[in-house]
Amino acid sequence: MNEKTEKLIDKKGIRLDGRKADELRSIKLQVGVLSNADGSAYVEHGKNKILAAAFGPREMHPKHLAQPDRMVLRCRYHMAPFSVPERKSPAPSRREVELSKVIKESLEPALFLELYPRTGVDVFIEVLQADGGTRCASITAAALAIADAGVPMKDLVVACAAGKVEDKVVLDLFDAEDKLGAADVPVAYMPNLNAVTLLQMDGILTPDEFEKAVNMAIDGCKKIYELQKEALKTKYMVIKEVEE
Amino acid sequence: MPTFFEKKQLVTPGEMLAEGDYLPGENTYAEAGKIYASRIGLVDSDNKKVNVVALKAFYVPKMGDIIIGTVAEVGFNGWTINIKGPYTALLRASDVLSRPFKPQNDELSAVLNAGDLIVAKIASYDRAHDPQLTVGEPGLGKITRGQIMYVTPTKIPRIIGRKGSMISMIKQVTNCQIILGLNGVILVTGKSEEDEELAITAIRKIEAESHTSGLTDRITQLLKEKKPEAKVEENKVE
Repeated sequence: MNEKTEKLIDKKGIRLDGRKADELRSIKLQVGVLSNADGSAYVEHGKNKILAAAFGPREMHPKHLAQPDRMVLRCRYHMAPFSVPERKSPAPSRREVELSKVIKESLEPALFLELYPRTGVDVFIEVLQADGGTRCASITAAALAIADAGVPMKDLVVACAAGKVEDKVVLDLFDAEDKLGAADVPVAYMPNLNAVTLLQMDGILTPDEFEKAVNMAIDGCKKIYELQKEALKTKYMVIKEVEE
Repeated sequence: MPTFFEKKQLVTPGEMLAEGDYLPGENTYAEAGKIYASRIGLVDSDNKKVNVVALKAFYVPKMGDIIIGTVAEVGFNGWTINIKGPYTALLRASDVLSRPFKPQNDELSAVLNAGDLIVAKIASYDRAHDPQLTVGEPGLGKITRGQIMYVTPTKIPRIIGRKGSMISMIKQVTNCQIILGLNGVILVTGKSEEDEELAITAIRKIEAESHTSGLTDRITQLLKEKKPEAKVEENKVE
């Protein structure tokens, strides 16, 4: 591929896909797309296409996984075999198992787990098309699906990544930047509570760069949060407008 | 002590609603002196209490609630009942038989079998135990005829209307008997299928437009269109 010979950022500071350093990809969010799930959401984040479905709270199966004092959140992050250029085996890979755990832990702080003991909430995340930053887009979609299911939440969780490409800190890496760049910092965040629920780093950054990346990612989260609220309200606004 | 909302404004989880001297009501929570919404819904305040009327929620059992459930399983000395909530409920055989239950004499599946629908009351429930049901009151027990429909449990109060105005109007115009299970299951029993269909259409309309104003008028209009001969009775209600 000629991408490797090309520069990831040109002299004017424009990236391969035409964005500036602190610019997000285009994002489309839709809530309530699946009728069989209690709650659902669809996200298009650049070229990422992700579906999330939430069920529950319901009785835990198998029963021994139920906790006597709290609700259990289960997440399954899965990539469709056709989501990447080379066919991906549909069996859960080591990476998918890890991401499922990471997503679960980033959503848990937003839920009132202690309110519904002995029950479970299941979230299924299906990546239909991947182009870097799927874990962040998945968290954004999963939070919407849970809210749509009517599960009480402290705040919606939003996620966004920042990273280092060609010695420059940039926002929202896509696939090529993620693979060829120097570092990637995904951040999940609850804007109203000002709380970070996921913070990872892959690559090498100086402390200054790291701080810059985290702040940049949080700013990106805040922008996506507005879209997220809008998407959730749109589902119910439609009915209102028909009336008027 | 400001509030940050207009009456009936649509809010999403995490939105800050009020600060200072306010109390968190339904679907809200307080943290560090501030009140936030925890579900998507419409805000309203009643004195110092901030409430959110949720647009989507699930049923949480409460003692004394009348619910409609499906028999999921016939057990050794009772039934497990699916009440469309996070927990399955239990109905004891001695409660239904109203006499001591003897396994050697009574065949439970002859009384209630899997798939049967019942109207029941929540006899007890706490966070450590699954809800227990009772059918030992008039109007409770097995459902033999009618149609069942499902709505989001939060919409039930809207279907009832102020002091029962909405539901009694539908009942009178359509001539149906309607039992509203607080778990979001509704039983409609009428003399003819058309009557039942009309009642169901009206309830569906309430569910879809529950958060808009002037709904009672639109429902009146809908019922008038579909059933002009019931006009006299309906005027009596207003």
